[in-house]
Amino acid sequence: MAIFLDENTKVIVQGMTGSEGTKHTRRMIASGTKIVGGVTPGKGGQVVEIEGKSLPVFNSVSEAVAATGANASVIFVPPKFAKSAVVDAIDAHLPLIVVITEGIPVHDTASFWAHAQKVGSSRIIGPNCPGLISPGKSNIGITPSDITGPGKIGLVSKSGTLTYQMMYELRDIGFTTAVGIGGDPIIGTTHIDCLKAFQDDPDTEAIVMIGEIGGDAEERAASFIKDYVTKPVVGYVAGFTAPEGKTMGHAGAIVSGSSGTAEAKKVALEAAGVKVGKTPSETANLLRAVLNATKG
Amino acid sequence: MDLFEYQARDLFEASGVPVLAGAVASTPEQAQHAAEKIGGKVVVKAQVKIGGRGKAGGVKLAENPSEAFEKAKAILGMDIKGHTVHKVMIAGAAPIESEYYLAILLDRAARSFLVMASVSGGMDIEEVAHKTPEKLAKVHVDPNEGISADKALDIVRKGGFPSDIEKAVADVLVTLWITFKDSDATLVEVNPLVKTTDGRIIALDGKVTLDDNAAFRHPDHEALIDHAATNPLEALAKEKDLNYVKLDGEVGVIGNGAGLVMSTLDVVAYAGERFGGVKPANFLDIGGAHQLKLWLMDYQSFSAIQRSSQYL
Repeated sequence: MAIFLDENTKVIVQGMTGSEGTKHTRRMIASGTKIVGGVTPGKGGQVVEIEGKSLPVFNSVSEAVAATGANASVIFVPPKFAKSAVVDAIDAHLPLIVVITEGIPVHDTASFWAHAQKVGSSRIIGPNCPGLISPGKSNIGITPSDITGPGKIGLVSKSGTLTYQMMYELRDIGFTTAVGIGGDPIIGTTHIDCLKAFQDDPDTEAIVMIGEIGGDAEERAASFIKDYVTKPVVGYVAGFTAPEGKTMGHAGAIVSGSSGTAEAKKVALEAAGVKVGKTPSETANLLRAVLNATKG
Repeated sequence: MDLFEYQARDLFEASGVPVLAGAVASTPEQAQHAAEKIGGKVVVKAQVKIGGRGKAGGVKLAENPSEAFEKAKAILGMDIKGHTVHKVMIAGAAPIESEYYLAILLDRAARSFLVMASVSGGMDIEEVAHKTPEKLAKVHVDPNEGISADKALDIVRKGGFPSDIEKAVADVLVTLWITFKDSDATLVEVNPLVKTTDGRIIALDGKVTLDDNAAFRHPDHEALIDHAATNPLEALAKEKDLNYVKLDGEVGVIGNGAGLVMSTLDVVAYAGERFGGVKPANFLDIGGAHQLKLWLMDYQSFSAIQRSSQYL
């Protein structure tokens, strides 16, 4: 099994006709994802040939769902138009919406998040994320699919590149699902949502959780782990050397005063019994150790 | 982007939040001129983006324009916790009866917006939250519904404001919400919001943070950037759409992806411990491959600045 995404997920691409959308649609199809069509307002009725597939383009998500039976969407729409794209997907009651777009104003994210809660039928991943991959089954977003294959580790991370790095470090063991939840101040699916799903997934045997400076999501995840998670969890936190008051690439990655520091996150995770690595490689070794200990 | 107090005051005035007359000055002459225009007693306030300037001597009362000249002369150029004072604000003085607190901010954990209102104004609000939490009302706002007049009144009552000013404070809160939303702010804070002895409600000091991601719909925000305080390397990198932060160390770092670069900085610092504390010199995330090409094309101009600063 995997979480959120498997071989039966039928995916539409919002913004498929744009350059990023086309490029990543090609990659997703090549990695086995069931892409069933695209949405670009004003371009409905066109058919696009990508990676040997003829993909219909629709004006809205609800039209796309009616015609294709899609149950997930991935969004490659520029920041200016991202909110209306997400709202379109929410109103079509898509169970899974993955927002790759970086640079969406936080007022727009707050607005579509509140709307999604009211409608109550969608899980949102992102924004500003690489998406998620269930290796060997399906891949939604921009994660390279050739790093590793299916296995027994669940991975959740704020950072895309650290997701890839950790998949590489543990490529001999493999993953059920790796979820990049995104580095924005407001994100849809959190560390906690993923930890819960991995705990409940029978095929996931151990979990890697990657965090970074900013906010207190890791601290809250730590207290959730204490209360709910019985599977082994190892952690990694990036940004020990980040100066106060500077945004480190991700809009949400900022230490404000004494809050949001990497040290505080590490301390909270360790207090919850999570072993925290100093480097990605050390974290991978900790994961191997806990897996071996479970076997022994 | 954090605004200076005078920029927050200007924004408040433009949106209809009641403020005192105020003007910014970068020389004692300008300060004197501003004081003449405002008339009467004025307050000369250092413009720095850090708290505690009052205690550091960065806020002075001036009885008349020539005193404003002297106070401005003393404050301009001061160092307040590492921030050099380049500008002062000359503001009208008001006879204060009571000080309150009002703010709207982004609540990351709740994935929503939060109003905080308190009758314990003029103090550090974190201290109020810690010591007398009953004196701080915290109410979430649905981003799509905003703050109606009724909701504002409800919040003000929860904050324990005296009944004779409830309506006036609620009006300020509604206007603050409009300011918060229309300017794509992640924080608007009024501390203190005051009641004057003649019964007026005035925002005496304000803090505003704007969302950099929303800059595309606010061309006017460009003018609010404090170029004097921006590191020239950081400014150049920003022009090229690169995420660059100058650090104090010796090892230049270039990478793809914010997380991986942050991680690399940490790894460099750990490794550097064995060599007497060698540290990373910068954070530089060049993003995806097409940006790399763009960056390499511009390598000439970038490396010129690297040379001048010795390290990347």
